[in-house]
Amino acid sequence: MAEISTTGVAAGRLSAREYVDNFSDLHPPLAKNKARTEADRCYFCHDAPCMDACPTSIDIPLFIRQIAADTPDGAAETIFTSNILGGMCARVCPTETLCEEVCVHVAQGNLPVKIGELQRYATDHAMTSGAVTFARAADTDKHVAIVGAGPAGLACAHRLSQAGHKVTIFEANEKPGGLNEYGLAAYKTTNDFAQSEVAFVLSIGGIDIEYGKALGADLPLDDLAKNHDAVFLSLGLAATNGLGIAGDDLDGVKDAVEYIAELRQADDLATLPVGQNVVVIGGGMTAIDIAVQIKRLGARNVTMVYRRGPEQMGASDFEQELALINGVTISHWAMPTAIIGDNGQVAAIDFERTQLEGGKLKGTGEAFTLAANQVFSAIGQVLDASSLADSGLALEGRRITVNEDRKTSLGNVWAGGDCVVGGQNLTVSSVDDGNVAAAAINAFLTGKGE
Amino acid sequence: MVDLRSNFIGIASPNPFWLASAPPTDKAYNVERAFEAGWGGVVWKTLGEAGPPVVNVNGPRYGAWHGDNRRLMGLNNIELITDRSLDINLEEITQVKQNWPDRALIVSIMVPCEEEAWQKILPLVAQTGADGIELNFGCPHGMSERGMGAAVGQVPEYVGMVAKWCKENYDKPVIVKLTPNITDIRQPARSAQQGGADAVSLINTINSIIAVDLDAMAPSPHTDGKGSHGGYCGPAVKPIALNMVAEIARDEQTAQLPISAIGGIQTWRDAAEFIALGAGNVQVCTAAMTYGFKIVEEMIDGLSRWMDEKGYDSIEDFRGMAVPNVVNWERLNLNFITKAVIDQDKCIKCGRCHIVCEDTSHQAISLEVNGERKFEVNDDECVGCNLCVNVCPVEDCITLEQMTKGTDPRTGKTIDPKYANWTTHPNNPGSCG
Ligand SMILES: Cc1cc2nc3c(=O)[nH]c(=O)nc-3n(C[C@H](O)[C@H](O)[C@H](O)COP(=O)(O)OP(=O)(O)OC[C@H]3O[C@@H](n4cnc5c(N)ncnc54)[C@H](O)[C@@H]3O)c2cc1C
Ligand SMILES: Cc1cc2nc3c(=O)[nH]c(=O)nc-3n(C[C@H](O)[C@H](O)[C@H](O)COP(=O)(O)O)c2cc1C
Ligand code: SF4
Ligand code: SF4
Ligand code: SF4
Repeated sequence: MAEISTTGVAAGRLSAREYVDNFSDLHPPLAKNKARTEADRCYFCHDAPCMDACPTSIDIPLFIRQIAADTPDGAAETIFTSNILGGMCARVCPTETLCEEVCVHVAQGNLPVKIGELQRYATDHAMTSGAVTFARAADTDKHVAIVGAGPAGLACAHRLSQAGHKVTIFEANEKPGGLNEYGLAAYKTTNDFAQSEVAFVLSIGGIDIEYGKALGADLPLDDLAKNHDAVFLSLGLAATNGLGIAGDDLDGVKDAVEYIAELRQADDLATLPVGQNVVVIGGGMTAIDIAVQIKRLGARNVTMVYRRGPEQMGASDFEQELALINGVTISHWAMPTAIIGDNGQVAAIDFERTQLEGGKLKGTGEAFTLAANQVFSAIGQVLDASSLADSGLALEGRRITVNEDRKTSLGNVWAGGDCVVGGQNLTVSSVDDGNVAAAAINAFLTGKGE
Repeated sequence: MVDLRSNFIGIASPNPFWLASAPPTDKAYNVERAFEAGWGGVVWKTLGEAGPPVVNVNGPRYGAWHGDNRRLMGLNNIELITDRSLDINLEEITQVKQNWPDRALIVSIMVPCEEEAWQKILPLVAQTGADGIELNFGCPHGMSERGMGAAVGQVPEYVGMVAKWCKENYDKPVIVKLTPNITDIRQPARSAQQGGADAVSLINTINSIIAVDLDAMAPSPHTDGKGSHGGYCGPAVKPIALNMVAEIARDEQTAQLPISAIGGIQTWRDAAEFIALGAGNVQVCTAAMTYGFKIVEEMIDGLSRWMDEKGYDSIEDFRGMAVPNVVNWERLNLNFITKAVIDQDKCIKCGRCHIVCEDTSHQAISLEVNGERKFEVNDDECVGCNLCVNVCPVEDCITLEQMTKGTDPRTGKTIDPKYANWTTHPNNPGSCG
């Protein structure tokens, strides 16, 4: 057990150089020669398994062949046609559990083709060259309201605008992008990429974003549905689960998503408070992201504690490995029972070991304590149901119920992304939801239009 | 014990690997390095007449075609013969031969197509002590425009005529190097033999434009915006060279004519293939120009190991063994039925076999079986064409297997164990039935 530290929480633990190094690209972009060499490895499979595994069904063999043939802008057009946020997806998709997992090279005992990195090579090229643009169809006079300018909302808006519909996005925040802007790990999306990408999406025209407009009391769903031809809800999961144990209100106990948002928005990383000993509660992508980032901000000991085993963790093997490489300790089978303070500031956290008993998770009675100057809770986000109060929208397990077309229980309302039942909590699946809903909305609008 | 020593038309060398006449053999410095590295012999870079030497362009001379990982698959060049003076070359040749008496040193020559020109140069070459000469009738660029090289090589009668002049004016072996830029390679080979040549060597480079620079709208590479066709060599030309060597080896008239094989030889295996088709030794240029002289170590080692495994003591033990099996199409057994078979354990499900057969061939490979992605051959449709075998990324995953009994489900015909070819086939209007 680590000893209680007295050095506590401090900002500016690192040199300027270290901040730059620690928060630069996790996977540096491929140079042209490397991209073409990698592209040459692709077999151009027929009915390719990788394409099936991509939630947005990007024509992967085609775009890779376009890279091999030295037409990266053509490759980018192939990507953007299926996934307008293909640039961000290339950076943040857990490819090891999506497209790359099923690459036939793996069956041959080789490393998979680096699909994600190739996708980034092509999309970066096009975003620099400006060669790929999308045009709107003739104006349809239809107006769609979208709530939330995250990946789902942006993808849906782009498709609808392409079809000639007018789109207004109501966004509670001051900036667009959703978790692309506020949530994803900083070393996955450097150089303000989220904002460049939003600008690229909006360059099609026909999409307005109204910032600081939150669905809820001031902007009820009813009104939106009445005043627009259709509505798409893509508000993500704006609330988080609290730890719900004694001491969770102490200074230094923080929600991981909130801290990451501060990190993503910080002008100077040296201003962020960083504990000497940090404990992260949770086993998903968010837990890994906060653990790795706080470590890279200079925390000395970072321990991730998850109540189940490695197989049950939401984080992929790659993500778990990333945490380990960064010096994070991952501790399984333990749950927090109380947070211990010292002068209102967190000092330690008590755990109880857990185990499965007849399929149920139970405490074993064995206890231990970890020194902690900061505790991050990363145990899941939930829908902020207050924004939907009185709307009559059908929910299921605190998420919005939708059918295959992402249609909700209400007449002209669709929903997608993290906020719906079956949401995968991935950028790419949120884009797919936006695409699917846009197609359904377009069919609805054009069918009704006669 | 394997003995790699070679005796090609009376010229001894410690192994059958010679460097072809080209930049690697352009001067004493390079040739000395080649011999130090272990090459059995060299054909010195082609000499021209006395007097001011030819000049090369000062822009790029080479262009390349690359495969995966920028592996150099084909090289194209617009070099001419040596651009150094005859005297210096002759002096160096004399010295190198003295320094390396156990290695083969052949002098390549290209002078105008007049007997006088050959009468002038041959005594000078003889004085060097070199082991023989090679007549360069192959160079497809630069020299042929001057009535030399391929311009002579493309007219079979000239080939024989020059060979005859050389035999009359020179005592040691004469090798005639053939250009592949001709429809029937047997014609110049026969003519060379009639002229008294001791051997032929082939192939020289193939007329080619390696690529077009789409910005400059000129052949690539280009000099001051213009490009010229060049000579193609390297791994890409090996299949063409193999065929030409086989054509000469199986031609009744030239079957006994010694062959020094050239064209795309990169490894011991390539060399063994040419020897199996009748070549007495091999010459290498592009592989050395790609990797340096050290590759000969792999060639010597690989060839010895393989011969050892097969129980061949010397090159003569397997030389020409594949020649009787090269036949014209109409001699192939039409009763030999094969079907593709996919090894499901090796299959990685890339789908390429399916799509090529479906789109471009015989619709004989499934994409799905019982709702699952699975690639199986339908014997009712498979004609045994080998396309799927060739496109499958996994070695030995698809094989063609012979049907020895029963009925071919594609044709409904009973398998006939007897050999029968097109000459006797009922569909052949020329066959008597
Ligand atoms: C820390 C973290 C790391 C992640 N890392 C990855 C990763 O590496 N790879 C990956 O694929 N996925 C990752 N994800 C998941 C991914 O970010 C989400 O699945 C994706 O952003 C969901 O998109 P969305 O459009 O549904 O919602 P969001 O991105 O959450 O966007 C919702 C938008 O709606 C706005 N909004 C919310 N409520 C209202 C309201 N009442 N009125 C108006 N606007 C509102 C929000 O401000 C926001 O802009 C991560 C998530 C987190 C939290
Ligand atoms: C740059 C270059 C220059 C050449 N010069 C000559 C030459 O002077 N005389 C000659 O007979 N062949 C010449 N050749 C042809 C080679 O000797 C050889 O026949 C041909 O390259 C095929 O062999 P490879 O595939 O091993 O390169 C030249 C080839 C190259 C690449
Ligand atoms: S979007 Fe993501 S899952 Fe789809 S191909 Fe690109 S990297 Fe793979
Ligand atoms: S599975 Fe792999 S090899 Fe096949 S198309 Fe996809 S990336 Fe290429
Ligand atoms: S080409 Fe080969 S590996 Fe690919 S599906 Fe066919 S048999 Fe399988």
